[in-house]
Amino acid sequence: MADKFNVVGISAHRVDGRGLVTGKPVFVDDLPKHPGLLHVALLTSPHAHARITSIDTRAAEQVEGIALVLDHRNTPHRRYTTAGQGYPEPSPYDSRMFDTKVRWVGDRVAAVAADTLESAERALGLIEVDYEMLDPVLSIDEALADGAPVIHDEDDALDVWDAERNISAHMVASAGDAEKGLAESDVVVEVTTETHYAQHAPLEPHVVSTFLDEQGRLVIVSSTQVPFHVRRIIGRLLDVPVHGIRVIKPRIGGGFGVKQEVLIEDLPSLVTLRTGRPAQMVYTREQEFISSRTRHPMRIRVRLGAKDDGTLHALAMDVLSNTGAYGTHGLTVLSNVGSKTLPLYNKAPHVSFRGDAVYTNLPVGGAYRGYGATQGYFPLETAVDRLAGELGMDALEWRSLNHIREGETSPIFVALGEGREGVEQTITSCELDECIRLGAERIGWSEKRGKREREGSKVHGVGMSVHMQGSGIPMIDMGAATIKMNDDGSFNLLVGATDLGTGSDTILAQIAAEVLAVPLESVIVTSSDTDITPFDVGAYASSTTYVSGMAVQKAAEEVREQILEVAALMLEADPGELELVDERVVAGDDRSVSLANIGIRTLYGVEQQQIGATASFVPELSPPPFLASFCEVAVDESTGRVDVLRYVAAIDCGTAINPKLAEGQLEGAIANGIGFALFEEMIFDAEGHPKTPDFARYKIPGPMDMPELETILVDSYEPTGPMGAKSVSEIGINAPIPTIANAIYDATGVWLTETPFTPERVWRALNG
Amino acid sequence: MRITLRINDNELRAEIAPGATLLETLRANGYTSVKDGCANGDCGTCAVLLDGRAAASCLLFAAQAEGKEITTIEGLAGADEAYHPLQQTMLDAGGVQCGYCIPGMILTASDLLALNPSPTRADIAEYLVGNLCRCTGYVKQIDAIEMAAAILSEGAIDG
Repeated sequence: MADKFNVVGISAHRVDGRGLVTGKPVFVDDLPKHPGLLHVALLTSPHAHARITSIDTRAAEQVEGIALVLDHRNTPHRRYTTAGQGYPEPSPYDSRMFDTKVRWVGDRVAAVAADTLESAERALGLIEVDYEMLDPVLSIDEALADGAPVIHDEDDALDVWDAERNISAHMVASAGDAEKGLAESDVVVEVTTETHYAQHAPLEPHVVSTFLDEQGRLVIVSSTQVPFHVRRIIGRLLDVPVHGIRVIKPRIGGGFGVKQEVLIEDLPSLVTLRTGRPAQMVYTREQEFISSRTRHPMRIRVRLGAKDDGTLHALAMDVLSNTGAYGTHGLTVLSNVGSKTLPLYNKAPHVSFRGDAVYTNLPVGGAYRGYGATQGYFPLETAVDRLAGELGMDALEWRSLNHIREGETSPIFVALGEGREGVEQTITSCELDECIRLGAERIGWSEKRGKREREGSKVHGVGMSVHMQGSGIPMIDMGAATIKMNDDGSFNLLVGATDLGTGSDTILAQIAAEVLAVPLESVIVTSSDTDITPFDVGAYASSTTYVSGMAVQKAAEEVREQILEVAALMLEADPGELELVDERVVAGDDRSVSLANIGIRTLYGVEQQQIGATASFVPELSPPPFLASFCEVAVDESTGRVDVLRYVAAIDCGTAINPKLAEGQLEGAIANGIGFALFEEMIFDAEGHPKTPDFARYKIPGPMDMPELETILVDSYEPTGPMGAKSVSEIGINAPIPTIANAIYDATGVWLTETPFTPERVWRALNG
Repeated sequence: MRITLRINDNELRAEIAPGATLLETLRANGYTSVKDGCANGDCGTCAVLLDGRAAASCLLFAAQAEGKEITTIEGLAGADEAYHPLQQTMLDAGGVQCGYCIPGMILTASDLLALNPSPTRADIAEYLVGNLCRCTGYVKQIDAIEMAAAILSEGAIDG
């Protein structure tokens, strides 16, 4: 379908590419500093669970250059959530700027603002804090044990499910009767998996710069994924009206969900409001590991029941999620463990989902690319392979028999949404069969599966898994776009959408250029400035292409209509017989007029007007992209080392607006997923202190850790999306864990149920 | 202390604290293309060329760079060209996502291509082992370096 487009479907250069490859100052910390800048530094808790009995900041305040010391005694006490979600947030209000209790190693204790970072750090060292030590709760089991210490014993938290039992959030959903369905099944398999703590590790840490503009308004320049939510949340927290705040997101150095959190904006903002001086705060890499957000570790039990003919009859999923010290994203990530996985196998009439997110005194879970689906697909897709094996069916054959298809629905779409009931939807595009066929061909499935080829102590295997995600949150997300026309026939595109390195500015410009029949260079994009651009919820939930993209398409279509009306007057024609082609409006005969002539006429000539429009889009659906993922591994049985030799990922993301950027999203997600599957792991000692707070000890994939990786964009068209597009950004990260686990089984006959698949863990599994 | 650094063919006289790293000194003097991703020598975003060889500027005192020719990404392209071939191919191949790793990645790659004008994909991966990227999975960045190697080799033959 892409061949009917001129600008969409082309791998155009990024619209922000020039500044990025030439090293221009485009990131927050590169921008010119305002005179009188204060540097903000943070004192964090050395204890996992303790009450602050006293803080003495007098010595710190005497350090030369100190402007302000903040702690629980001089900051607002209102509870809020740092989740950075829409309003009202589905996360509990269980956080304070500074509390009288610390709940994990890395929790906030105090902050200092000083003329230099050196002074600020010296002052931090002089703050005397007395703690009353409390027993730390360091696992899901400890949190749920009878008589466990209560982590959130404050009386002013809101929307915590059951604070006394350390349960932050709870979710159930069902269709049919799963227990009855399992009893009726001919074959039943059960799998319980454990996934670990992991960090997003964007290369640019969190960074925020604040100042008062000429009118005394607070300007927040932030590496955020959600500028409009930052404005609302900081306004409420610090008692500043929305109209008193401007939030600007320049280029940002990766986010992956961790920059959805409104994690540090409050501190430099309060410093600026109190002192009138500009302020800046940058997380150190160690703080990025210790005092930031993580992927929720989970224990998930999946039970599948099938009839002898292979048809899935019952599907039950029980989840325990560790949300860490605070409940940010606890409920919604928990919900998505089921909502993004269970509809994939919609043939089962009996489905149940049940989950709790529990507090512990460990780092805080947050939004992380994949958002629960990453944890959910591990037990589901390994259970599917076990079930297929018990039924004597090939893994591909079983999936083809049971996966959801175009024109079909699942009761789970309604039963389970994001922290509440979902929305009814029918699948409007699904090329998963083609993804499976192409992926199997490229990996050599039929030649390699089950062969267990050996070379020395290494044995080879191939594995696969299939996936779906979503495209935004239906009936909740909103994106808006404004387009205005200039006198040379170029256009300004203003979007609230947030490009965090994904290339969304580029693909949104491609959509506008396509509708307006101009080259990409004629669309100038301005994004993510709350004073200038229209509202957008921001970059999360794989929403930007689908939600913001539809807003751009609608705005461009309205502008096109205005252009045609003016052209009709100029050409003395009926607007209905006019078309926009190659920067001109053409009539059926030879008459035509250029966009530049229309631009100059409307701004300077007769019947002067600004051609322009703003459009909004709220999705009624969240059409899922689909992915078939394959890999070949070599498992060294003497050491337990797993080498992923080749990886093939075939995706149905609808139209790829920019194929190279779409492939790049998939490649990057797979890379991050391979790191999570094999070696990335946050490790803690017996008191909850982190042992891996740097890139030397928390290993993320480098170029030598990558297998030969092939991505395939399968031809597909989503009728409800902009130019036929769906989402692409998150889905890939869910694939490596089950794909590699299934390949390890194919090689060795051993199932892995705990991540990451380190040599030690694999060796122990192989040796009973 | 006062030092004199030679950066991209310009002389910079700077007053620095004796312990100041080359990274801090470069950033404080406007060379913000040199990124501070970890300050621990692990990520490669602070890479610069010292006499043509890639080095982590966060692990060097500024004073250690005195007398050496420092190149940052701003100084890579010739005065009359918009882009160095590596900058051009990084965009052509789609090797840029957030772009934070790109200056260090391109400078390290230019060092590689000076040593080995026609590297294999494995050679490239090995030489870039200290340059982390969280966005791309490296596939298109390695594509870009292969493409730039071909352009530079062709230029060398033609020239």
